[in-house]
Amino acid sequence: MISFIARRLGQFLFTLLAASFLLFAVTEFSPGNVASKILGPYAVESQVDLLYDKLDLGDPLLQRYTKWLGTLLGLSSNALADPAIGLGLSDPRGERYFGNLGFSLMQKEPVVDVLARRIGHTVVLTVWAIAFIVPIALALGVISGVNAGRPIDRGISGLTVTLTSLPEFVTAVALLLLFSAWLGWLPGTSTMTAGDQWSAASQLVLPVTVLVIASASYVTRIVRASVADTLRRPFVRTARLKGLAPRRVILQHVLRNALIAPVTVILLQVNWILTGVVVVEAIFAYPGIGSLLLQAALFGDIYVVQALTLLALTVAVGTQFVGDIAYMLLDPKIRLR
Amino acid sequence: MADLSLAGPQGLGLRRLPVLGAILRSRAASLGFAIVAAWGLVALLAPWLAPYDPTAIDFAAAADPAPSAAHLLGTDSIGRDLLSRIIWGARTTYAVVPLSIGSAFLVGIAAGTLAGYYGGWLDHLVGRIGDTMLAFPALVLYVILITAVGPSMLNIVIAVTLAYAPGVSRLARSQVLALKTMDYVKAAEARGEPALYIMALEILPNARGPLIVDLCLRAGYTVILIGTLGFLGLGLPPPTPDWGGMVVEGSHLLSVHWHMAVLPCIAITSVVVGCNLMADGLRETQQ
Repeated sequence: MISFIARRLGQFLFTLLAASFLLFAVTEFSPGNVASKILGPYAVESQVDLLYDKLDLGDPLLQRYTKWLGTLLGLSSNALADPAIGLGLSDPRGERYFGNLGFSLMQKEPVVDVLARRIGHTVVLTVWAIAFIVPIALALGVISGVNAGRPIDRGISGLTVTLTSLPEFVTAVALLLLFSAWLGWLPGTSTMTAGDQWSAASQLVLPVTVLVIASASYVTRIVRASVADTLRRPFVRTARLKGLAPRRVILQHVLRNALIAPVTVILLQVNWILTGVVVVEAIFAYPGIGSLLLQAALFGDIYVVQALTLLALTVAVGTQFVGDIAYMLLDPKIRLR
Repeated sequence: MADLSLAGPQGLGLRRLPVLGAILRSRAASLGFAIVAAWGLVALLAPWLAPYDPTAIDFAAAADPAPSAAHLLGTDSIGRDLLSRIIWGARTTYAVVPLSIGSAFLVGIAAGTLAGYYGGWLDHLVGRIGDTMLAFPALVLYVILITAVGPSMLNIVIAVTLAYAPGVSRLARSQVLALKTMDYVKAAEARGEPALYIMALEILPNARGPLIVDLCLRAGYTVILIGTLGFLGLGLPPPTPDWGGMVVEGSHLLSVHWHMAVLPCIAITSVVVGCNLMADGLRETQQ
């Protein structure tokens, strides 16, 4: 078991490293572009060339990646903070520290600071969304799977199939039309600023609902399929024939086995929710890292985009790692060397 | 060239069975196909179907954009005919989605088939690359690409290919693994057929079912993705009429003129529902 975890951990680190290299290679594919992005659209050519030299942008890609990784891990310093470059960028944490992601070109301050202001909002949004997605999807999925083929299953399945066909922004427009424009019960934007006439809780309702609708319907379908599939297995029939109460068969025999697969799916949803978060934050002007990613991409703020993508990658690969371990712990049949 | 009649009934017989027949056997798939095909026809015939130029501005209508006899679905906030824009918007969707999905499936099927057929280090390599790519959500991939090189149709195609090819490759690989021990594949190998012939003409035609279902599902996701990109202002540059962009323009006036945002929403959703119905229906006929 230890060796299984060690092997998974190795794979996790390898995937993260490979993905981060890919990220670096795409965002800094054209070095000349990097220099002109840093200096902005009004820089003259000589300035761009000077910066190109100062940052060693002419070095081979792999070498630049190693340096970038070194800066991130706190082993080397960021050349952009060099006062000789004259961009006025400085970092109060010093030259070398773990998690040095460079400077935001949009805000002219360390990326870590920009991130720190925004990330709390996104955590609140996703935690609330997951807190609703999991119980709703489990309840609907189990009810639907246990009653496979009956009217209640058809109703739930029809609903979830329809809802998975809806893009997040369509759900958002529909909810905004109903609850904000027509009924006036909820705010149309969720800027979370202090002193707003709407409470923080009321501002969270619509963004969270959109995320829940988009993800819960998908998880419900997975849970339903897994429960319906487990019910057809011979050991369930045996349990029934032994004369166990139907309730006990469902709770102790079916659910324990049926919920193994959905656990990994729920963990993978975190990856899905990340995409949803970008859309939802943009629609509701919510001040989290999803809307930050969009602003940074449109501005050409490469270091913020790198940082946020790295964060998304770590979360995505990390949950996969946790999912694998959870799967092993849950399934008595999987015992690895 | 080998004698094709030796290829066996599974090898060439099933390949001739048209996909259309499988679609027509299921009511859900037929309905889905009808929706998708109808929009395809609209996209194809846009110049003849649209009553107005999609970028022409009717200043008189801008004052009262609600549906009227002159503008059946009304106009947008600056007086462009909504019906014409929705019709032309279908073109954008029907140009980008088949191109990006086609590219993703070409790459994915090729990689998965080679990995499954040869196994060994190639299988390992394809698997590792796939794991790395799967760590990137499609939207994030596209955001990185536009940060580096700016928005364009080519970048949408690249992002969708990179995001979906690993999943397609996994599916193709699992199909190939199951099929390569079949007798007709063994027979072809014994005849000394080249590996490429066996993969393309003996194995793939029989692995087609699940791949087509996956194609329909992913086409639906891609319609959502293209709409989302347009909605976020990351799509193709204006004034190209695209449905996602129309929704975001209309959403600012939701409380007064809700038709501006809701009508393109209905258009997008109907295509996605069509794709999903086809996927569900085809999956049922296969079981």
